[in-house]
Amino acid sequence: MALKIVKGSIDRMFDKNLQDLVRGIRNHKEDEAKYISTCIDEIKQELKQDNIAVKANAVCKLTYLQMLGYDVSWAAFNIVEVMSSSKFTYKRIGYLAASQCFHEGTDVIMLTTNQIRKDLSSPNQYDTGVALTGLSCFVTPDLARDLANDIMTLMSHTKPYIRKKAVLIMYKVFLKYPESLRPAFPRLKEKLEDPDPGVQSAAVNVICELARRNPKNYLSLAPLFFKLMTSSTNNWVLIKIIKLFGALTPLEPRLGKKLIEPLTNLIHSSPSTSAMSLLYECVNTVIAVLISLSSGMPNHSASIQLCVQKLRILIEDSDQNLKYLGLLAMSKILKTHPKSVQSHKDLILQCLDDKDESIRLRALDLLYGMVSKKNLMEIVKKLMLHVDKAEGTTYRDELLTKIIDICSQSNFQYITNFEWYISILVELTRLEGTRHGHLIASQMLDVAIRVKAIRGFAVAQMATLLDNAHLLTGNTQRNGICEVLYAAAWICGEFSEHLEDPMQTLEAMLRPKVATLPGHIQAVYVQNAAKLFATVLRKHDGETESQAAQETSQLLIDRLPLFVQSANLEVQERASCILQLVKYIQKLQQKNVEVAEEVTALFAGELNPVAPKAQKKVPIPEGLDLDAWINEPPSGSESEDEKPKAVFAKEEPKHSRSRHTEVDEKELARRREVRKQEQASNPFYIKASPSSQKVYDAPGVEHIPVVQIDLSVPLKVPGMPMSDQYLKLEEERRQKEKAERKKKEKKKKREKRGKERKADSGPESEEDITPAHQVDIVTEEMPENALPSDDDDKDPNDPHKALDIDLDKPLADSDKLPVRTHRPEVLKSPAEDRDGESVPQETKKKSGKEKKKDKEKDRKRSKEEKKKKKKPKEVEEELLESQPEEAVQSEETKEAAAPPTSTSAEASDLDFWLSSAPVPPAAQEVTAPSSSAAAVDTSSAAAPESEPDEPKDTEPEDTKSSKHKKKKQKKEKEEKEKKKKKRHHHHHQHHGDAGGEDSVQNGTVEEEEPLPPMSNYSLLAENSYIKMMKEDADQVYDIQGNHQDESKVVVSVIFENKSDSFLKAMEFNVLDSLNSKLQRPEGAGAHDSLTVPFQLPPGVSNEARFVFSVQSIVMPQKLKGTLTFIVKSDESSTHEKLDFKLHFTCTSYLITTPCYSDAYAKLLESGDLKGSSLRLEGINMPFHHLLARICFHHHFSVVERIDSCASMYSRSIQGHHVCLLVKTSDQTVSIDAKCDEPSLLGNVLDEIKQTFSKC
Amino acid sequence: MIKAILIFNNHGKPRLIRFYQYFAEDMQQQIIRETFHLVSKRDDNVCNFLEGGSLIGGSDYKLIYRHYATLYFVFCVDSSESELGILDLIQVNLLQFVFVETLDKCFENVCELDLIFHMDKVHYILQEVVMGGMVLETNMNEIVAQVELQNRMEKSEGGLSAAPARAVSAVKNMNLPEIPRNINIGDINIKVPSLSPF
Repeated sequence: MALKIVKGSIDRMFDKNLQDLVRGIRNHKEDEAKYISTCIDEIKQELKQDNIAVKANAVCKLTYLQMLGYDVSWAAFNIVEVMSSSKFTYKRIGYLAASQCFHEGTDVIMLTTNQIRKDLSSPNQYDTGVALTGLSCFVTPDLARDLANDIMTLMSHTKPYIRKKAVLIMYKVFLKYPESLRPAFPRLKEKLEDPDPGVQSAAVNVICELARRNPKNYLSLAPLFFKLMTSSTNNWVLIKIIKLFGALTPLEPRLGKKLIEPLTNLIHSSPSTSAMSLLYECVNTVIAVLISLSSGMPNHSASIQLCVQKLRILIEDSDQNLKYLGLLAMSKILKTHPKSVQSHKDLILQCLDDKDESIRLRALDLLYGMVSKKNLMEIVKKLMLHVDKAEGTTYRDELLTKIIDICSQSNFQYITNFEWYISILVELTRLEGTRHGHLIASQMLDVAIRVKAIRGFAVAQMATLLDNAHLLTGNTQRNGICEVLYAAAWICGEFSEHLEDPMQTLEAMLRPKVATLPGHIQAVYVQNAAKLFATVLRKHDGETESQAAQETSQLLIDRLPLFVQSANLEVQERASCILQLVKYIQKLQQKNVEVAEEVTALFAGELNPVAPKAQKKVPIPEGLDLDAWINEPPSGSESEDEKPKAVFAKEEPKHSRSRHTEVDEKELARRREVRKQEQASNPFYIKASPSSQKVYDAPGVEHIPVVQIDLSVPLKVPGMPMSDQYLKLEEERRQKEKAERKKKEKKKKREKRGKERKADSGPESEEDITPAHQVDIVTEEMPENALPSDDDDKDPNDPHKALDIDLDKPLADSDKLPVRTHRPEVLKSPAEDRDGESVPQETKKKSGKEKKKDKEKDRKRSKEEKKKKKKPKEVEEELLESQPEEAVQSEETKEAAAPPTSTSAEASDLDFWLSSAPVPPAAQEVTAPSSSAAAVDTSSAAAPESEPDEPKDTEPEDTKSSKHKKKKQKKEKEEKEKKKKKRHHHHHQHHGDAGGEDSVQNGTVEEEEPLPPMSNYSLLAENSYIKMMKEDADQVYDIQGNHQDESKVVVSVIFENKSDSFLKAMEFNVLDSLNSKLQRPEGAGAHDSLTVPFQLPPGVSNEARFVFSVQSIVMPQKLKGTLTFIVKSDESSTHEKLDFKLHFTCTSYLITTPCYSDAYAKLLESGDLKGSSLRLEGINMPFHHLLARICFHHHFSVVERIDSCASMYSRSIQGHHVCLLVKTSDQTVSIDAKCDEPSLLGNVLDEIKQTFSKC
Repeated sequence: MIKAILIFNNHGKPRLIRFYQYFAEDMQQQIIRETFHLVSKRDDNVCNFLEGGSLIGGSDYKLIYRHYATLYFVFCVDSSESELGILDLIQVNLLQFVFVETLDKCFENVCELDLIFHMDKVHYILQEVVMGGMVLETNMNEIVAQVELQNRMEKSEGGLSAAPARAVSAVKNMNLPEIPRNINIGDINIKVPSLSPF
């Protein structure tokens, strides 16, 4: 062994470390790849060694190589090994490597769960920190589910360093495991007010990130954020909050009003340059506020104007960054107030000339919203100039798409002259190497189909394009643009009646060079050649023995064989079909048969544009179940092979993508078929056919002999009208029209003098410009009874969609984080496991508010009871089904009863906050609700900690609930709301009264007794300054793996400041016993005290957790402790202390563990358990209340319940089984108990006895 | 959210990459190349924001970068981040900190080389600033304190390479056929007291 170590360390002398590797790579510039591959071999050797240091070194080097692009996933297991090293140095290297190369597909990630959990609970904060950082990069849904609870615990860690990391990582956990959001949210919200600014910042970060996607769920946090905004000095936090408000204001205009003043204050107060970022965000949010406000009130247009002016200053600034951001903000205003931005057209056009591409792109965006009928041509002309000048293809392509976007926006709204637009499109085809050929093509098709008046012109232009096709296709690099030919060919074919010389176009379409085009274009060529053929025939119809017609047939017969040989199936098929057809026609022609009419009939009918998604919007007829089998599915393996459903599922994405790609040939053919049969066009059918657009790059095409026709035609296509000419023409036309109008007006004026002077002095308004052509824009077809649904725009894969969760709803039974169980093998289903475990947590949620709601609850309960009576059988069945969860259910009903008040409270809180007008008092009011909330809690002597856990807002009513009940509830709600509001207005300072008021109402008790509230907090100690309360249901963990018989117990203690002074420097100390020890940080002595990680302002309470290690759990424990603290009042500060006794009951070592009856039976049969029994007299409560009490206070779960007899189970943290059989008859309860540890059992029974003697 | 942080030099060689969303290695390299291509052709006096990185994100994403000496610091962020805020973060927290605060202590002449040889350290610093794509801490003093504490912890454990490898690399650096004066084999740590590690 020693030899091995020596050998290992000698070896290490020659190992390369990271620096050597880097140096080596730099020295081997010529054969870097070779050098690295030898290095990787060395690393592989190193990874095989036992020495963890060597491994860590190797992994460190791998991290570097990963950066250079080498796949290092083969070493994933070694990385896990290094991660699990106990030394921080190595652990950090391991986690770094893991964070760089692990992802959801990494299979070893499953192995890390326990390691990460161990690191998370490590006493060393940096181990925890490193694990959290690593986890944030590679968290998977599984890890998120398994570790959510551990991370949640860390959110209340004593070290702010851990807290902030834990808070931040929760966002990642939410993304991967959305179910965790609701249970974790109360604590997250709590962290917004963490004393540490870092933690606060992290919480703000997470909530802002969440709220950005689903703002409406976070509106109720506005007061809290407002308070933070007015109090925080951290720029980063401020920016985030202000950005968040920007997202919230559109939902709540009143919020905007409230914000304006503090925001303007911020703008004024932030010192010039250093906080430019903050300033800019403020301006941005002010804009958002103004936008949301102005929609309701017109008098804000002045403020908008002011903002625009301010932005203009930014845009004119010499700092490019500000210029950019100014433009960015401007585009936000543009969306709602285009007019106010339009006046700065000069400035924006100037920005188009900026040397900076980012700025030019921004300016382009702005232009999009600035066009009008009047200036469209002018702006596009400017852009066309830029297109010519643009150096890079990306920018030029961007320009091209922008031109098309600008022109085609809102259904060609701004185009007055489509001839001009067509010529712009034709000009754009001359761009070299653009990727957007298909875009131009689809525009051409769109315009030609939808604007009937333009077809003649379009066809002429397209014919020229086809004739000069070689210009577009000559260079292989330009093949993006040849898509245009697709449109050209189709337009010429479809609207061939407008062609002057169809014969010439036909000839152009059948040139041998066409065979070099992509297959889908060739197919269109072939198909449309046939259409042209039909046109030619019709033209020469009637002329007997027409030479021209026969020549055309001959041309087709000569040229088509080239396409018949095409490697592209589509082309081949079409060509051979048409070839046969033409041959047949030729025969008929030779016999002098009139064929023209029949051939034309092949292509008769009108094409109508169909709106995108039209197919989707066809409503499913009643009674049609698309998922139902039409025929019984074929049995066995056959059906698996066929997967009939998959066909549709696969096609789905294709549909959406092919929105602006061209219509496919196959489709066209089919459409024609249909048209032949039924004259009326059927939009359902058109959309239904899939458009597949496969391009076969057939290698065979090159070998086909091609005759080179080299026409020396200049680049400028002759006879092609330039768009500029149109501009001039248009201007002239407008001048003319204007003049004419003036004349008319003058005439009018003569008649009516003086009144209408403004007409000729002001600039011509939009409406005055009449389109050059009578344009009939064909609207897109939709199925007659299409459903107006626009939700299909949302991306179903968006991970944030899953996080659209109503956070104000009370936590339900299912909203639980899975907790690690000690005996997972007992479990059958994880869901049930969660339910069972949730019992203590569930009950924890209940707060002091409970009391005051009792009355309402009672009412509801009685109603429920009545209903139960109505359907006793059903209920019975339900009970049988859900035996183990019985207790939970009863809890749930309670909760279900409670929320309406809190709903109204919450809602009215926000309303109230928003409605209060002036800002400075508002700031005070913001604090009022939170402190008063605390007051309520204290007055009702319940757990303040559970306040944030308290369910909020509306609540899913029982599905069974009758309408009547709902109505009544609504009434109640309204009443409550009123009351609450009143209270707010009159004395919201004294919220304590509220509790009292309600508890008076509580006096009347109805016949069915509800389960009384149970608090799991007990008073620990109290003096005039402070009150300490201990949570009974200790969170317990067991880390048997680490220390032999030691278990850890976490004790939550709530400190509540009862005095008017500030309490600080609190130190918590406990005198350790042999059995139980307080866990102190490393290096601290056995008698050192722990500092409580917070200070307490007057009236505030907070919770701290302390970890104790316990050796034996069979006996209850009592530990003496002291809390020392400094009381700081205005004049003096005094040192105070408070003694207390921590009582660890045996039940606190029990964990609620579900158990199934079969497992339970086996356990009892095994005979390992020793029995004991207990009799309780005079118990005057319903049996299910009794069970609920045992479940709640003593952490048991119900295994089975039959009438007045129930079996219960629990398990200690050290694995002792405790089984109870509870029977009741006439106020007497007998409990037979069995446990493998008699003394533990005895103590537990004693404690149960005590619990019931108290009541 | 920050989607990626890239540091590369004037030639596009990556010096530190950190993706907060998974991309396969070849895709990562492609992104670096594309980003470098976009960033490098820009003058120094144009704005620091850039759109149009097609590989990451899409329209909601922006590149925010700083060019510092021979290095580009590029953040790919979405619209939830403040542009100027991130610039400040790069300027104040990363540049100053990475170069001036930490590395400056060890090296007199701060340059790209320091980053090359201490990629891991820069990563550790970065981890204290940004975590999982979200800004963790912007307070310089806090970052410095945490990094220092961790480094101290590493030192107390003997560091990764501890003494031996450093000594060996020192020997390698000298390129002299001289034997170190004192090597204790048998102990895992080999001490070469008279040679400074760098």
